[in-house]
Amino acid sequence: MTRIKQFFNSFFFYRFIRDPVAIGSFIVLAVLFISGFGAPVIAPHNPYDTTTIDIMDSELPPFWYPDSDSRFLLGTDSQGRDMLSTMLYGMRVSIFIGLGAVTLQAFLGITIGLIAGYKGGRFEAFLMRVADVQLSFSTYMVAIFFGALFQAAFGMGLYENFAIPMLIFIIGFAEWPQYARTVRASVLGEKKKEYVEAARVIGLPSRRIMWNHILPNTLTPVLVISTVQVANAIMSEAALSFIGLGMPVTRPSLGSLIKAGFDFIFSGSWWITLFPGIMLVILILSINLLGDWLRDFLNPKLYKG
Amino acid sequence: MFAFIIRRVFQALIVMLIISLLGFAIKQSVGDPVREITGISVSAEERDALREKLGLNDPFLVQWVRFLDRAVHGDLGNSFYFKRPAFDVILSKAPATLELVFATALLVILFSVPIGIYAAVRPNAWPARFLMGASIVGVSIPVFLTAILLIYIFSVTLGWLPSFGRGELIEIFPGWKSGFFTWDGLAHLVMPSVALTTIMLPLFIRLVRAEMKEALETEYVKFARAKGLRPSRVLLLHAFKNTLLPVITVGGVQLGILIAFTILTETVFQWKGMGSMFIESIERADTSLTVAYMVFVGFIFVVVNTIVDVIYGLVNPMVRVAGGRS
Repeated sequence: MTRIKQFFNSFFFYRFIRDPVAIGSFIVLAVLFISGFGAPVIAPHNPYDTTTIDIMDSELPPFWYPDSDSRFLLGTDSQGRDMLSTMLYGMRVSIFIGLGAVTLQAFLGITIGLIAGYKGGRFEAFLMRVADVQLSFSTYMVAIFFGALFQAAFGMGLYENFAIPMLIFIIGFAEWPQYARTVRASVLGEKKKEYVEAARVIGLPSRRIMWNHILPNTLTPVLVISTVQVANAIMSEAALSFIGLGMPVTRPSLGSLIKAGFDFIFSGSWWITLFPGIMLVILILSINLLGDWLRDFLNPKLYKG
Repeated sequence: MFAFIIRRVFQALIVMLIISLLGFAIKQSVGDPVREITGISVSAEERDALREKLGLNDPFLVQWVRFLDRAVHGDLGNSFYFKRPAFDVILSKAPATLELVFATALLVILFSVPIGIYAAVRPNAWPARFLMGASIVGVSIPVFLTAILLIYIFSVTLGWLPSFGRGELIEIFPGWKSGFFTWDGLAHLVMPSVALTTIMLPLFIRLVRAEMKEALETEYVKFARAKGLRPSRVLLLHAFKNTLLPVITVGGVQLGILIAFTILTETVFQWKGMGSMFIESIERADTSLTVAYMVFVGFIFVVVNTIVDVIYGLVNPMVRVAGGRS
């Protein structure tokens, strides 16, 4: 109870409650997350259940058109699936891959950055050099190339069956340098401070100093880039799915929904591709705005933009 | 300085070796070249003989070195689908991509420089705030979505602009068909280049603005102002001229992002360039061409990046020291 009270009295909450952009994007994001992960309960239809799908319902427009169907609030796609339900399920896949990829890259990046910063040495210097080179390629290019390599190596069928773990691995692998560099930079700053020296003098093992003493003090920048990284990972996933290196249409993410609907835009059925697109943009924008606010809050010295 | 250049070139070579090793490993693991050459109606002995003759029984590393040797001489294998050398296929698609990139670069320069300067000079004026806010939104919209939106508005609804292909082309050099010299070709170019611009522009506006802000703080700008020079002259000749080099070099490093977004844009607009060729080669399981594209683009990327780094190192000695001992 005191913890909660402490939270509501904190400066963090004080600043948060007085920033309309932060509150707005937080509410939007919370709604999206809850409706995405609660999709099996909330969604009016189940797009995976083929018995409820009728091809006769295909390409129905959203509710404000005269020839719409009241069962399908936002219309249906080319296979007669309810757009709203399909999008909610798709968003769940997108968010899941985004969070999974960020977990993986944070794990890789923090471990490498921490050891590289604290221990130094040739191997660590080499790893940081690799990080630099990989960053210069841009994460999109690395992700696309590795997606292509994986698909060529495992074949289309296997790739699609294991699309979620593959995508988490590809995107996580493509973006770990961001974490490694951020963590290493702040470790280099921390390790000269007195508390580290004190811990060393007591004779604590360096493993314990790294993980229990230095790591908690480097978490602020990690937190700041984490929000932006989630948005980037979701974007990467959408881009990979759009060029056919991501989720198959049978288990769509937002990206593959956009891809699947793109062909129907020429027949005027814009909602099949633009609704998932709008959802994707709202999701990414709210994460980015929240991340911006968090960065300003945690690091007031930084200039905006 | 000389050591710095050597180090950068050495690093570039290692990166190229790794790319070629990855590509070659994939090529090895997929498909059997002997079967593709002979078909099924050839006896096992003849196949083995051919295998020996082509050197496919050699160790992996020996074959990789052979692959490298051929790649250096411009032979990246044959495309299964086009039945032509992969390098020729890539070169025949290159003009389309280059024209798209050129048009985009033109638009980016035309808009990012004035907007960036303005946002640096008047950071608190409402148009500057609006533009910086818009650039956050611009970064949050994936390029393929902008492209789809453009197609829906200008092709499907209004019917003003064509939505796919390159339109009417004129051959300006042998092998270079250009869309720059016909109205139809230009009309086809509008939407792809605008879509690509929307994603690159925010990056460059921020870059120009940041560099410009830094330049405006310097002593020589203050001195130029104190001398009573016209503000426009101070801005353009004293401040902006000195931001050009960092903007160009840092901008050059965005090449990787540009390549990735070109692939996406070309896919949406069925622009017959290298990017859409790459995606099609993946769909057709034309592994040779996929690998050839990666090696080729990787090579261009590494060369450009190395040159940019070296130029930057020449001008800014701090870069040479940082990461020096690795």
